Amino acid sequence: MEVPILKQGQYLIASIQSALTDADLSELREALIAKVGHYRARGVIVDVTALDVMDSFAVRTLRDVTHMARLRGSETVIVGIQPEVAFAMVQLGLTLKGVATALDLEEGLAFLNQRSRERNDHGR
Amino acid sequence: MAGDGRTSGGMTMPKGAENGRRLQVASDKDVVSARQVGRELAAGFGFSPGDQTVIAAAISEIARNILMYARRGEVSFELISEGPRRGMIIVARDDGPGIPDIARALMDGFSTSGGLGLGLPGARRLMDEFDIDSGIGRGTTITMLKLKRPAR
Repeated sequence: MEVPILKQGQYLIASIQSALTDADLSELREALIAKVGHYRARGVIVDVTALDVMDSFAVRTLRDVTHMARLRGSETVIVGIQPEVAFAMVQLGLTLKGVATALDLEEGLAFLNQRSRERNDHGR
Repeated sequence: MAGDGRTSGGMTMPKGAENGRRLQVASDKDVVSARQVGRELAAGFGFSPGDQTVIAAAISEIARNILMYARRGEVSFELISEGPRRGMIIVARDDGPGIPDIARALMDGFSTSGGLGLGLPGARRLMDEFDIDSGIGRGTTITMLKLKRPAR
């Protein structure tokens, strides 16, 4: 199950459509990191609304995406974690520390725009 | 209960019963299937959406452990109704190398596979009962129980 990655302005949006295997998640990570460079993306949004569970492997992979993209000059935000998924994550001890999250796609875009403005201000 | 290497009494699987399922785990696709089948069974039994997700997450962790440490094994589910005790028993069984130190394997952040080390301790936190029976050379059996909360 390949995850479609759309380019929206300076951002990449990966919209997960269904449950993903570990191999799918690893492929998503590789594809996002490659596309950050290819499209010179300043931000990445991963929409996990349709993900059935966020277990330790999914969390580790998303954390890796965030850190790798940051090393490539791109900010990542995870959006769409459902309430019951968040509940199970906390019980599992999975906190996504150091990873930006937002309620939904709209909030995620707002977050990246804000980040982008801050970065431009600092640059002057 | 967990960590002493004993198997809980009374948690045995019926063969081919309607209220149970048994699935092979030999690939990462099987991990997804296992948690989806588990979730469907839990939903059919009236578990809340929150508990369905909790059950699916715990299944995902223990099924992945089979794959990582033993390469293959099986996960089975049983729905139980013992008077007021209604719930789902999940058993993960493999003939892998076994867990040399169960107490350590249940510690947060301990991993011999390069993972986060949250799989087993996390799954234990998600469940009402959790037991590991394992030893070097005799494989691993993890038995977990999630109780259904009575409707309020």
